Amino acid sequence: MHLGESMRECEYSQISTRSSTPMETPYKKRTPKRKKWEAFPGRNKFYCDGRIMMAKQTGVFYLTLVLILVTCGLFFTFDCPFLAQELTPIIPVLGGALFLFVLGTLLRTSFSDPGVLPRATPDEAADLERQIDVANGTTGYRPPPRTKEVVINGQTVKLKYCFTCKIFRPPRASHCSLCDNCVERFDHHCPWVGNCVGRRNYRFFYMFILSLSFLTIFIFAFVITHIILSSYRKGFLTALKESPASVLEVVVCFFSVWSIVGLSGFHTYLISSNQTTNEDIKGSWSSKRGKDNYNPYSSGNIFTNCCMALCGPLPPSLIDRRGFIEADAPQMAPPTNGITMYGATHSQQSHMAAATPLLQQQSSEPVIITSSPENGTSLPARASLTLGGPCTSLPLGQPTPPTSTPSLSCHEAADMLPIHGHTLNHTHPLQEQAALHHYLTPEEVPSPPGMLHCGSPLGHSHTVQASFYNPASQDSLHEDSVRGLVKLSSV
Amino acid sequence: MDIRCFTVLIFCPTQFHNLQELRHSASLANKVFIQRDYSEGTTCRFQTKFPSELESRIELTLFEETVKTLNNFYAEAEKIGGQSYLEGCLACATAYLIFLCMETRYEKVLKKIAKYIQEQNEKIYAPRGLLITDPIERGMRVIEISIYEDRGSSGSSSGSSSVSGSTAR
Repeated sequence: MHLGESMRECEYSQISTRSSTPMETPYKKRTPKRKKWEAFPGRNKFYCDGRIMMAKQTGVFYLTLVLILVTCGLFFTFDCPFLAQELTPIIPVLGGALFLFVLGTLLRTSFSDPGVLPRATPDEAADLERQIDVANGTTGYRPPPRTKEVVINGQTVKLKYCFTCKIFRPPRASHCSLCDNCVERFDHHCPWVGNCVGRRNYRFFYMFILSLSFLTIFIFAFVITHIILSSYRKGFLTALKESPASVLEVVVCFFSVWSIVGLSGFHTYLISSNQTTNEDIKGSWSSKRGKDNYNPYSSGNIFTNCCMALCGPLPPSLIDRRGFIEADAPQMAPPTNGITMYGATHSQQSHMAAATPLLQQQSSEPVIITSSPENGTSLPARASLTLGGPCTSLPLGQPTPPTSTPSLSCHEAADMLPIHGHTLNHTHPLQEQAALHHYLTPEEVPSPPGMLHCGSPLGHSHTVQASFYNPASQDSLHEDSVRGLVKLSSV
Repeated sequence: MDIRCFTVLIFCPTQFHNLQELRHSASLANKVFIQRDYSEGTTCRFQTKFPSELESRIELTLFEETVKTLNNFYAEAEKIGGQSYLEGCLACATAYLIFLCMETRYEKVLKKIAKYIQEQNEKIYAPRGLLITDPIERGMRVIEISIYEDRGSSGSSSGSSSVSGSTAR
């Protein structure tokens, strides 16, 4: 109780230091916490409270779904009864199993995270920038595209710097311009499944096209069989007239077979040589580039490559979609005036999460405090972050919601945060939530273990409460700047 | 009060008499990022190079041991062998529904890693004013080590990110 009062005092004192911001009044501080998917910087759509993740354009995906459902529906309704009677009932059963498998893998491919790399936190970006500046010996103007060379298994590979995500892309990662995300082991962006195909969903994609090839061939073959058997008794034209659906199915299957089977074959080749579509198209490992050019990732053995791609371990999602956006963590910045503490601008995933293990153990308040002195605290950091460009125009090259910058507190250091779209305030064009309540599978890791501490807020220590007081400020567009933290619960 | 004192002691070796002092006791001075080491391909490994900012804070051997252990954990998670094949095939056979009930091996190892990092923080890093952030929270790109300074002893320290955060004690 005593603590509670002092805590409130502290809160008040914090409010007063941030004078320039139109802060929400304290009593409104318990705002609903938002989940990270709501503030996701990429151009993705989320459904089912972040469980389902798709690309922005999903029209073609629905077309795929409709084609498959309609064709199979017609097959089961019009052809299967005849086939079950004349031949064997195993046919519909097998067809059904195949159909379910196709649907399952399709949905799994479309709804899962392909392996998106989260964007760099402002601190990391600043650190990288500094290193690059030091290496280049330049400041002030935008240096030429940055690359870093790495030798992998004897082959020199160039790692490119992604200006949007502010990271050096790991080998085989690529930035998808449609989704505006860097994806690990990027294969391609497939409009038919409405998602990128990357490290985490490649095997589902492959299973999908493989099973779809079998399904297409299966349906094609049995519909032809149906028509032929029917025409023995009734004549060809009568048979056709009696089941017009079969004609439709044959047409659809005929045109699909070429593309799907071709695609399956192509991907089988890619898997066995351990290449991505991206690499194959660019000819990265082709011997035409040089006689010493070889694929450093391939194990040399077709069987091993296949096993690695299809049966290897499934890495967890790196973007914690369903975790709550946490209070800001302190960021490095020199105190401009001796007053208080270090200002911080940091994106969520914060320090809180990092600090919690410490906290947990001590079950007391964390020791870090931040507050934001008005004067452009993070000035140096800011300058370094935004390649000399105006801070407000987030150099993301991406349609960050407009509300992100506006009346942020004095700190246009505020811009710092929005950089990674972690501005909690913006109304992310949240689409049809629950448009598809198809909750296929829960993502394997709902939130990284470390985050769990933060995910279960309150009730932990008043510190936690204190830090979560921030959501109020977050709401008031403060968030970006700084802070966070913590307050030690007063004595 | 005890807990707070305890915190202080763990976090900063100097004594504090009240929380006011404590509040001003430590603040974030700098962050060091240990980048990924891609020399062995895309498997998760971190560089074991000892950053200069930590020279005054922690012994080289302790740091290296932490990073090497982490690297070993990640190698274990990503190992392709009998168990991972079995898991993969079983998953495929059950149309991946098995993941609804079961945790993947990778996730199990990640939990071990989280525990290990917490333990390292408690025993080794926090007493030296450092804090390791689990790489999974940084998208497996970096190991972020936050350097805290004892504000009491440093006065207005220049915590500028380009300079090592050592303070004269």
